[in-house]
Amino acid sequence: MDRFAGYRKPAPGTQPEYLHPPYVSSLKRAPTQPLVALPETFSELTGPIFPKNLVDAKACDLTRQSNGPPLGERIVVGGQVRDEDGRPVRDSLIEIWQANAAGRYLHAGDQHDAPLDPNFLGVGQAFTNASGQYRFVTIRPGAYPWKNHPNAWRPQHIHFSLFGPAFATRLVTQMYFPGDPLLASDPIFNSVADEAARNSLVANFDWATTIPELALGFRFDIILRGPNATPMEP
Amino acid sequence: MNGRTTPSQTVGPFFSIGFAWLERADLTTGASADKCVTICGRVMDGTAQPVPDALLEIWQADGTGRYALREETGARPEGHSFFGFGRVAVNEAGEFRLRTLRPGAGIGPDGAVCAPHLAISIFMRGLLKRLVTRMYFPGDPANDTDAVLSRVPARRRHTLVARLAETGEPGLVWDVHLQGDQETVFFDC
Repeated sequence: MDRFAGYRKPAPGTQPEYLHPPYVSSLKRAPTQPLVALPETFSELTGPIFPKNLVDAKACDLTRQSNGPPLGERIVVGGQVRDEDGRPVRDSLIEIWQANAAGRYLHAGDQHDAPLDPNFLGVGQAFTNASGQYRFVTIRPGAYPWKNHPNAWRPQHIHFSLFGPAFATRLVTQMYFPGDPLLASDPIFNSVADEAARNSLVANFDWATTIPELALGFRFDIILRGPNATPMEP
Repeated sequence: MNGRTTPSQTVGPFFSIGFAWLERADLTTGASADKCVTICGRVMDGTAQPVPDALLEIWQADGTGRYALREETGARPEGHSFFGFGRVAVNEAGEFRLRTLRPGAGIGPDGAVCAPHLAISIFMRGLLKRLVTRMYFPGDPANDTDAVLSRVPARRRHTLVARLAETGEPGLVWDVHLQGDQETVFFDC
């Protein structure tokens, strides 16, 4: 029954709180009542295991999903998904979505005055391999303005959605780029109180991920919750 | 190499481009109609306004209360391959509609009976991390002894239990209130 030992809670400060007033949208959407502690049942200890044929092999290359190459700086984003104990999370689904190089999403609700790119959808999927590694080829997304506060701009980012082995390990996050001057003023990035945890959202420029003469490389490792060391007490 | 779980960040306003490919509002593939149920509801914010940009993910057991575990491949007990995962976005009026197989009561890791329920994650702009909640079925005798429902203050328990639809197609209604007097119970998962 080791498999059902349950999952550790995140260390204090390493996850955002629901209510983070600088992020204005949280005010009317964050719960106001205390959360109820959930004993882990099989509903949390199991989760969807998606078949690998769900994802087309081309889905991890966002530069080859249209008739021509998208505009912008081609990049490789890769890394390893592992749990808190360092064990690779293998054969696990990752979804990404992002703005184009001009900072515009292919979404009807995005009214930013920046051009759409007919050759960029901004959506990808991939499975981790047996070592927990994943790799996407894409375009470096542009920064874009939003209305959270005067002259607010989101730092360049890519949205990541991961499932891991269980309902309890579900994670949606954002990857940022090193050295982005907008990070310091971004309320979403800064919703994570713990500095080291916050900075783990920033990818590293990585020569080993770079493809010579083709694309710069960024490494973004992702850590999902780890199992408890001992089986759950009845 | 040990580490700490990567922080959650909001899905933002444009998540539908990333999530639409796996939208799954009907989980009933292969199940006979008498075992299926339609669930409709609305997501409301702290000003009692509908939330037009929420997404619900469902994870649930099959009709016998068992989950589609990796090891359990091949035929399900009921002769169909029930997967148990759903993903449904709300419309402009905050409404969602889901059709699924009614899950059975299950046995928990401690051997106790778990009342039939859907485990639900809710994502939207403004949520820095997902909300975790559950939907239970009205009138199920196992509700009275369910270990999770029992932990919920009695006056708030009803927020987790669907009600029978009074109009429209037969089925269940289950609304989500992010805040306010009727605030839905959310769990620390």
